[in-house]
Amino acid sequence: MVDVLSPLKPVWKPGTHGNTANGIGVVLTETQPGSIVQLAAWQGQEKKLLAAIKAVSALALPDGAGGGKSGDSKAAFGIAPGKFLIVDQNEGLAAIFSGAVTSEVGTVTDLSHGRTALRISGPKAEWVLAKFFAVDFALPAFPVGSGIATLHHDIFAHIQRTGAEQFDLYVFRSFARSFWTMLCHASEEVGYEVS
Amino acid sequence: MLISCPYCGPRDLSEFTYQGDGNRTRPDPASTDQQAWNAYVYDRVNTAGDHHEIWQHSGGCRAHLMVTRNTLTHKVSAVAFARDAGHRKSDRHRMSGGAA
Ligand SMILES: [Zn+2]
Repeated sequence: MVDVLSPLKPVWKPGTHGNTANGIGVVLTETQPGSIVQLAAWQGQEKKLLAAIKAVSALALPDGAGGGKSGDSKAAFGIAPGKFLIVDQNEGLAAIFSGAVTSEVGTVTDLSHGRTALRISGPKAEWVLAKFFAVDFALPAFPVGSGIATLHHDIFAHIQRTGAEQFDLYVFRSFARSFWTMLCHASEEVGYEVS
Repeated sequence: MLISCPYCGPRDLSEFTYQGDGNRTRPDPASTDQQAWNAYVYDRVNTAGDHHEIWQHSGGCRAHLMVTRNTLTHKVSAVAFARDAGHRKSDRHRMSGGAA
Protein backbone atom coordinates (compact mmCIF):
# COMPACT_ATOMS: atom_id res chain seq x y z
CA MET A 1 0.00 0.00 0.00
CA VAL A 2 1.26 3.47 -0.83
CA ASP A 3 1.69 6.03 1.96
CA VAL A 4 -1.56 7.66 3.00
CA LEU A 5 -1.43 11.44 2.81
CA SER A 6 -3.40 13.37 5.41
CA PRO A 7 -5.04 16.75 4.89
CA LEU A 8 -4.29 17.37 8.60
CA LYS A 9 -0.53 17.24 8.15
CA PRO A 10 0.15 21.02 8.41
CA VAL A 11 -1.85 21.27 11.66
CA TRP A 12 -1.04 17.85 13.16
CA LYS A 13 0.67 18.41 16.53
CA PRO A 14 1.17 15.15 18.46
CA GLY A 15 1.36 15.44 22.23
CA THR A 16 -0.76 16.88 25.02
CA HIS A 17 -2.29 20.32 24.81
CA GLY A 18 -4.60 22.71 26.63
CA ASN A 19 -5.68 22.60 30.24
CA THR A 20 -4.45 19.22 31.50
CA ALA A 21 -4.73 20.18 35.20
CA ASN A 22 -7.47 17.56 35.61
CA GLY A 23 -5.94 15.02 33.23
CA ILE A 24 -6.64 14.33 29.56
CA GLY A 25 -10.29 14.99 28.69
CA VAL A 26 -10.16 13.67 25.13
CA VAL A 27 -7.78 11.95 22.74
CA LEU A 28 -8.02 13.11 19.12
CA THR A 29 -6.75 11.03 16.24
CA GLU A 30 -7.25 10.22 12.58
CA THR A 31 -8.24 6.64 11.80
CA GLN A 32 -7.24 6.68 8.11
CA PRO A 33 -9.48 3.88 6.81
CA GLY A 34 -8.53 2.49 3.41
CA SER A 35 -12.16 2.38 2.30
CA ILE A 36 -15.19 4.56 2.96
CA VAL A 37 -18.20 3.49 0.89
CA GLN A 38 -21.77 4.75 0.77
CA LEU A 39 -24.47 2.27 -0.18
CA ALA A 40 -28.04 3.16 -1.10
CA ALA A 41 -30.96 0.80 -1.66
CA TRP A 42 -33.81 1.56 -4.00
CA GLN A 43 -37.11 1.78 -2.16
CA GLY A 44 -38.21 -1.74 -1.17
CA GLN A 45 -34.71 -3.23 -1.62
CA GLU A 46 -33.40 -2.32 1.86
CA LYS A 47 -33.40 -5.90 3.21
CA LYS A 48 -31.38 -7.14 0.22
CA LEU A 49 -28.82 -4.38 0.77
CA LEU A 50 -28.52 -5.27 4.47
CA ALA A 51 -27.94 -8.89 3.40
CA ALA A 52 -25.19 -7.75 1.00
CA ILE A 53 -23.53 -5.74 3.78
CA LYS A 54 -23.60 -8.82 6.01
CA ALA A 55 -22.21 -11.03 3.26
CA VAL A 56 -19.34 -8.68 2.41
CA SER A 57 -18.39 -7.16 5.76
CA ALA A 58 -19.77 -9.77 8.20
CA LEU A 59 -21.53 -6.91 10.02
CA ALA A 60 -25.18 -7.73 10.79
CA LEU A 61 -26.78 -4.31 11.05
CA PRO A 62 -29.93 -3.80 13.09
CA ASP A 63 -32.80 -2.79 10.82
CA GLY A 64 -33.61 0.63 12.26
CA ALA A 65 -32.79 4.30 11.86
CA GLY A 66 -29.08 4.90 12.36
CA GLY A 67 -28.46 1.30 13.41
CA GLY A 68 -24.86 0.16 13.12
CA LYS A 69 -21.99 -2.03 14.23
CA SER A 70 -18.28 -1.52 14.58
CA GLY A 71 -15.47 -4.02 14.79
CA ASP A 72 -11.68 -3.80 14.95
CA SER A 73 -11.16 -2.99 11.28
CA LYS A 74 -14.69 -2.51 9.92
CA ALA A 75 -17.70 -0.37 10.75
CA ALA A 76 -21.11 0.32 9.23
CA PHE A 77 -24.15 2.38 10.14
CA GLY A 78 -27.34 3.80 8.69
CA ILE A 79 -27.18 7.45 7.63
CA ALA A 80 -30.58 7.89 5.92
CA PRO A 81 -33.55 5.75 4.87
CA GLY A 82 -32.00 2.88 2.90
CA LYS A 83 -28.51 4.43 3.00
CA PHE A 84 -25.43 3.19 4.84
CA LEU A 85 -21.81 4.18 5.36
CA ILE A 86 -19.38 1.25 5.38
CA VAL A 87 -15.79 1.69 6.51
CA ASP A 88 -12.87 -0.71 6.26
CA GLN A 89 -9.21 -0.23 7.20
CA ASN A 90 -8.38 -2.16 4.02
CA GLU A 91 -8.58 -0.67 0.55
CA GLY A 92 -10.80 -1.99 -2.23
CA LEU A 93 -14.15 -2.28 -0.43
CA ALA A 94 -16.07 -0.36 -3.13
CA ALA A 95 -14.98 -2.84 -5.80
CA ILE A 96 -16.15 -5.77 -3.66
CA PHE A 97 -19.53 -4.11 -3.03
CA SER A 98 -19.91 -3.31 -6.71
CA GLY A 99 -19.98 -7.05 -7.29
CA ALA A 100 -22.35 -7.76 -4.39
CA VAL A 101 -24.88 -4.93 -4.88
CA THR A 102 -26.62 -5.31 -8.23
CA SER A 103 -28.16 -2.37 -10.05
CA GLU A 104 -31.60 -3.76 -9.16
CA VAL A 105 -30.80 -3.46 -5.44
CA GLY A 106 -29.06 -0.11 -5.21
CA THR A 107 -25.92 1.95 -5.70
CA VAL A 108 -22.32 1.95 -4.47
CA THR A 109 -20.38 5.21 -4.08
CA ASP A 110 -16.68 5.17 -3.22
CA LEU A 111 -15.97 8.03 -0.79
CA SER A 112 -12.56 6.77 0.35
CA HIS A 113 -10.75 9.85 -0.95
CA GLY A 114 -13.63 12.22 -0.25
CA ARG A 115 -13.91 11.92 3.53
CA THR A 116 -11.50 12.21 6.42
CA ALA A 117 -12.15 10.03 9.47
CA LEU A 118 -11.50 11.59 12.88
CA ARG A 119 -11.79 9.86 16.25
CA ILE A 120 -12.51 11.53 19.57
CA SER A 121 -12.36 9.44 22.72
CA GLY A 122 -12.23 10.01 26.43
CA PRO A 123 -14.43 11.06 29.34
CA LYS A 124 -15.14 14.49 27.81
CA ALA A 125 -15.90 13.31 24.24
CA GLU A 126 -19.67 13.89 24.59
CA TRP A 127 -19.03 17.31 26.14
CA VAL A 128 -16.74 18.46 23.32
CA LEU A 129 -19.01 17.18 20.52
CA ALA A 130 -22.03 18.86 22.11
CA LYS A 131 -20.32 22.20 21.42
CA PHE A 132 -20.50 21.49 17.67
CA PHE A 133 -23.71 19.63 17.03
CA ALA A 134 -27.28 20.18 18.28
CA VAL A 135 -27.90 16.49 18.93
CA ASP A 136 -28.12 14.37 22.07
CA PHE A 137 -24.82 12.51 22.53
CA ALA A 138 -25.85 10.79 25.79
CA LEU A 139 -25.47 7.00 25.66
CA PRO A 140 -29.23 6.15 25.95
CA ALA A 141 -30.04 8.45 23.00
CA PHE A 142 -26.95 7.55 20.99
CA PRO A 143 -26.08 3.86 21.64
CA VAL A 144 -22.75 2.24 20.82
CA GLY A 145 -22.62 1.25 17.13
CA SER A 146 -25.33 3.65 16.01
CA GLY A 147 -24.71 6.63 13.77
CA ILE A 148 -26.16 9.96 12.71
CA ALA A 149 -25.89 12.52 9.94
CA THR A 150 -25.72 16.11 11.13
CA LEU A 151 -24.25 19.50 10.47
CA HIS A 152 -21.82 21.98 12.04
CA HIS A 153 -22.71 25.13 10.15
CA ASP A 154 -21.88 24.10 6.56
CA ILE A 155 -19.67 21.18 7.55
CA PHE A 156 -21.66 18.00 7.02
CA ALA A 157 -20.68 15.13 9.33
CA HIS A 158 -21.49 11.49 9.74
CA ILE A 159 -20.84 10.36 13.31
CA GLN A 160 -20.75 6.82 14.69
CA ARG A 161 -20.42 5.97 18.36
CA THR A 162 -17.76 3.26 18.42
CA GLY A 163 -17.44 3.01 22.21
CA ALA A 164 -19.02 4.27 25.42
CA GLU A 165 -16.64 7.23 25.29
CA GLN A 166 -15.58 7.13 21.64
CA PHE A 167 -16.97 8.63 18.42
CA ASP A 168 -15.75 8.41 14.81
CA LEU A 169 -16.50 11.42 12.64
CA TYR A 170 -16.50 11.49 8.83
CA VAL A 171 -16.19 14.96 7.33
CA PHE A 172 -15.57 16.17 3.79
CA ARG A 173 -11.84 16.01 3.17
CA SER A 174 -11.72 19.65 2.03
CA PHE A 175 -13.18 20.74 5.39
CA ALA A 176 -11.12 18.32 7.50
CA ARG A 177 -8.20 20.64 8.34
CA SER A 178 -10.52 23.45 9.38
CA PHE A 179 -12.76 21.12 11.37
CA TRP A 180 -9.79 19.46 13.08
CA THR A 181 -8.47 22.88 14.13
CA MET A 182 -11.87 23.72 15.63
CA LEU A 183 -11.95 20.34 17.36
CA CYS A 184 -8.58 21.10 18.95
CA HIS A 185 -9.74 24.54 20.09
CA ALA A 186 -12.94 23.09 21.56
CA SER A 187 -10.88 20.48 23.44
CA GLU A 188 -8.45 22.93 25.03
CA GLU A 189 -10.51 23.51 28.17
CA VAL A 190 -10.64 19.77 28.99
CA GLY A 191 -7.06 18.97 28.01
CA TYR A 192 -6.41 16.84 24.95
CA GLU A 193 -3.88 14.52 23.42
CA VAL A 194 -3.19 14.13 19.73
CA SER A 195 -1.88 10.69 18.86
CA MET B 1 -37.87 25.55 16.02
CA LEU B 2 -37.40 21.78 16.08
CA ILE B 3 -38.55 19.45 13.33
CA SER B 4 -38.77 15.74 14.21
CA CYS B 5 -37.38 13.95 11.18
CA PRO B 6 -38.98 10.48 10.87
CA TYR B 7 -35.49 9.02 10.43
CA CYS B 8 -33.17 11.26 12.51
CA GLY B 9 -35.42 12.41 15.34
CA PRO B 10 -35.79 15.99 16.61
CA ARG B 11 -33.30 18.34 14.96
CA ASP B 12 -32.69 22.06 14.89
CA LEU B 13 -34.22 24.18 12.15
CA SER B 14 -30.72 24.99 10.85
CA GLU B 15 -30.41 21.42 9.51
CA PHE B 16 -33.45 21.85 7.25
CA THR B 17 -34.12 23.63 3.97
CA TYR B 18 -37.57 24.95 3.11
CA GLN B 19 -38.75 23.56 -0.21
CA GLY B 20 -41.96 25.50 -0.48
CA ASP B 21 -45.70 25.37 -0.06
CA GLY B 22 -46.96 21.77 -0.01
CA ASN B 23 -50.41 22.73 -1.28
CA ARG B 24 -49.38 23.34 -4.87
CA THR B 25 -50.31 20.93 -7.62
CA ARG B 26 -47.77 20.84 -10.41
CA PRO B 27 -49.45 20.76 -13.82
CA ASP B 28 -48.53 18.03 -16.28
CA PRO B 29 -45.15 19.14 -17.74
CA ALA B 30 -46.67 18.80 -21.21
CA SER B 31 -49.52 21.12 -20.30
CA THR B 32 -49.71 24.57 -21.88
CA ASP B 33 -52.53 25.67 -19.59
CA GLN B 34 -51.21 29.11 -18.64
CA GLN B 35 -53.72 29.55 -15.86
CA ALA B 36 -52.65 26.28 -14.25
CA TRP B 37 -48.96 27.20 -14.49
CA ASN B 38 -49.60 30.68 -13.18
CA ALA B 39 -51.45 29.24 -10.21
CA TYR B 40 -48.62 26.74 -9.57
CA VAL B 41 -45.92 29.41 -9.64
CA TYR B 42 -47.65 32.36 -7.99
CA ASP B 43 -50.81 31.46 -6.12
CA ARG B 44 -50.47 30.78 -2.41
CA VAL B 45 -53.27 30.24 0.07
CA ASN B 46 -51.32 32.20 2.74
CA THR B 47 -52.72 30.12 5.56
CA ALA B 48 -53.00 31.49 9.08
CA GLY B 49 -52.86 28.21 10.99
CA ASP B 50 -51.83 24.66 10.04
CA HIS B 51 -49.92 24.78 6.77
CA HIS B 52 -48.65 21.90 4.60
CA GLU B 53 -45.04 22.45 3.61
CA ILE B 54 -42.19 20.56 2.00
CA TRP B 55 -38.84 20.60 3.78
CA GLN B 56 -35.59 18.77 3.10
CA HIS B 57 -33.44 17.48 5.94
CA SER B 58 -30.46 18.76 3.98
CA GLY B 59 -28.12 18.72 6.99
CA GLY B 60 -29.03 15.17 8.00
CA CYS B 61 -30.53 12.22 6.16
CA ARG B 62 -31.35 14.48 3.18
CA ALA B 63 -34.90 13.09 2.91
CA HIS B 64 -37.69 15.31 1.64
CA LEU B 65 -40.42 15.73 4.22
CA MET B 66 -44.07 16.75 4.32
CA VAL B 67 -44.40 18.99 7.37
CA THR B 68 -47.55 20.45 8.91
CA ARG B 69 -46.52 23.70 10.62
CA ASN B 70 -48.75 26.22 12.28
CA THR B 71 -47.88 29.60 10.78
CA LEU B 72 -49.14 31.39 13.90
CA THR B 73 -47.29 29.36 16.54
CA HIS B 74 -44.57 27.47 14.59
CA LYS B 75 -45.87 24.29 16.21
CA VAL B 76 -45.01 21.33 13.98
CA SER B 77 -47.89 18.88 14.33
CA ALA B 78 -46.98 16.26 11.68
CA VAL B 79 -43.91 15.15 9.74
CA ALA B 80 -43.80 12.35 7.16
CA PHE B 81 -41.48 11.29 4.35
CA ALA B 82 -42.66 13.06 1.21
CA ARG B 83 -42.27 9.83 -0.76
CA ASP B 84 -44.77 8.12 1.56
CA ALA B 85 -47.17 11.04 1.91
CA GLY B 86 -47.22 11.67 -1.80
CA HIS B 87 -48.21 15.02 -3.17
CA ARG B 88 -50.93 16.52 -1.08
CA LYS B 89 -53.57 17.82 -3.44
CA SER B 90 -55.34 21.01 -2.64
CA ASP B 91 -58.22 22.76 -4.28
CA ARG B 92 -57.71 25.86 -2.19
CA HIS B 93 -55.87 27.84 -4.86
CA ARG B 94 -57.13 31.29 -5.59
CA MET B 95 -58.24 31.71 -9.16
CA SER B 96 -55.46 33.56 -10.87
CA GLY B 97 -57.72 35.45 -13.24
CA GLY B 98 -54.59 36.72 -14.95
CA ALA B 99 -54.62 34.63 -18.08
CA ALA B 100 -56.15 36.30 -21.07
ZN1 LIG C 1 -33.43 13.26 8.72
